Amino acid sequence: MIRVVLPAHLRLLAGLRDELSIEVQGQATQRSLLDALEERYPVLRGTLRDHVTQRRRPFVRFFACQEDLSHEAPDAPLPEAVASGAEPFLIVGAIAGG
Amino acid sequence: MTDKTSGVRVLVGTRKGAFILTADGKRKQWEVNGPHFAGWEVYHVKGSPADPNRLYASQSSGWSGQVIQRSNDGGQTWEPVDNKFVYEGVPGTHQWYDGTPHPWEFKRVWHLEPSLSDPDTVYAGVEDAALFRTTDGGKSWAELPGLRGHGSGPHWQPGAGGMCLHTILLDPSDPARMFIAISAAGAFRSDDGGATWRAINQGLRSQYIPDPTAEVGHCVHRIAMHRSRPSVLFMQKHWDVMRSDNAGDSWQEVSGNLPTDFGFVIDVHAHEPETIYVVPIKSDSEHFPPEGKLRVYRSRTGGNEWEALTNGLPQSDCYVNVLRDAMAVDSLDQCGVYFGTTGGQVYASADAGDSWAPIVRDLPAVLSVEVQTLS
Repeated sequence: MIRVVLPAHLRLLAGLRDELSIEVQGQATQRSLLDALEERYPVLRGTLRDHVTQRRRPFVRFFACQEDLSHEAPDAPLPEAVASGAEPFLIVGAIAGG
Repeated sequence: MTDKTSGVRVLVGTRKGAFILTADGKRKQWEVNGPHFAGWEVYHVKGSPADPNRLYASQSSGWSGQVIQRSNDGGQTWEPVDNKFVYEGVPGTHQWYDGTPHPWEFKRVWHLEPSLSDPDTVYAGVEDAALFRTTDGGKSWAELPGLRGHGSGPHWQPGAGGMCLHTILLDPSDPARMFIAISAAGAFRSDDGGATWRAINQGLRSQYIPDPTAEVGHCVHRIAMHRSRPSVLFMQKHWDVMRSDNAGDSWQEVSGNLPTDFGFVIDVHAHEPETIYVVPIKSDSEHFPPEGKLRVYRSRTGGNEWEALTNGLPQSDCYVNVLRDAMAVDSLDQCGVYFGTTGGQVYASADAGDSWAPIVRDLPAVLSVEVQTLS
């Protein structure tokens, strides 16, 4: 199970109070994780990545294990600590707008 | 219809959420409910004329994009519906601010216009400018591509607020006819349910484009009509207040004695088709009322002759703006008029503009105001 922390406004949109845990089929990558996330919470479709291009929205960032994974390839494996559930995958709204 | 069995519901979209303001027909005591979708920009909330409890809201943010919300109980509860707005075919390009071609990119929904007869059918005006429609209550959206396919699309350009389709008017007498307006392209009309469109900008004159009388390129801020007379249109343009008596085939200026003819909102009295309202704003760079006095101007002659309405509105040191979707009228016997400001005030008049009072003073910046007359 992968632990995911959403920004507060997306937790509210998805009806969540806290971090969530989600099963990912196959190798744990950004793409497979987001696919699983959107499958379980369809309301998140389009809020993290573009509907058509599937590219990460510009002001959405992915952090884990004190690293910025935002610019990693979508099919690159997630860190083992994230895949094992030891560390959460943090979805963060970029600091913008004051 | 001014007893306690009737009432109004004012739907307010702001920079940080939506608010629902309700009152009985006297419109003196108000209940404020919200924020709904706290922290998100809510560009527009509107109810279905066919089912007043069916509301639609456009919720968006620069971080998380677009969400569309639907309520079946007058805004007590909401459910997100589909948020996938994908242009039909190859999107193509429009003009960027510097005149270079720029790819069409969806940014947000500015305006939601529910069908006059079917609660499940809604039109959505979006940025970058295009018209979408749902016929299943928001479960899916499809572009009406004939508008961007009009042929002039590559010459459309964004106004300061983006290249937005912000006005959608449905003709109550002819279900096939609708009008839309885009900043900065102009006004368009369809006579076949949105399949094909023609630009209706003859008579507009805009000094900020190379050919001031071009077919497209005009920064139309808002269009309004009276439902009893849908061929008469009123327009607040970037500069100039305009009127058409032939469904937009031609326009003439009716700015008359306004202190400035720049502004964003324009609306029509619910029962008097020749009574119209604007809020003059000083200029395109100074987005606040002239002299720091917030004045609604009313014309009872369909334009040209205007009177300032000031009773209850701040007449000194007021430097707010009133954005294009932020004025509405109710249809009670004594027509109510409402508008919201970028300072977070929502003002109401229960006597057609003769006197005003704030319903609320301290909301986030108001983006849109709609009103439902309830019985």
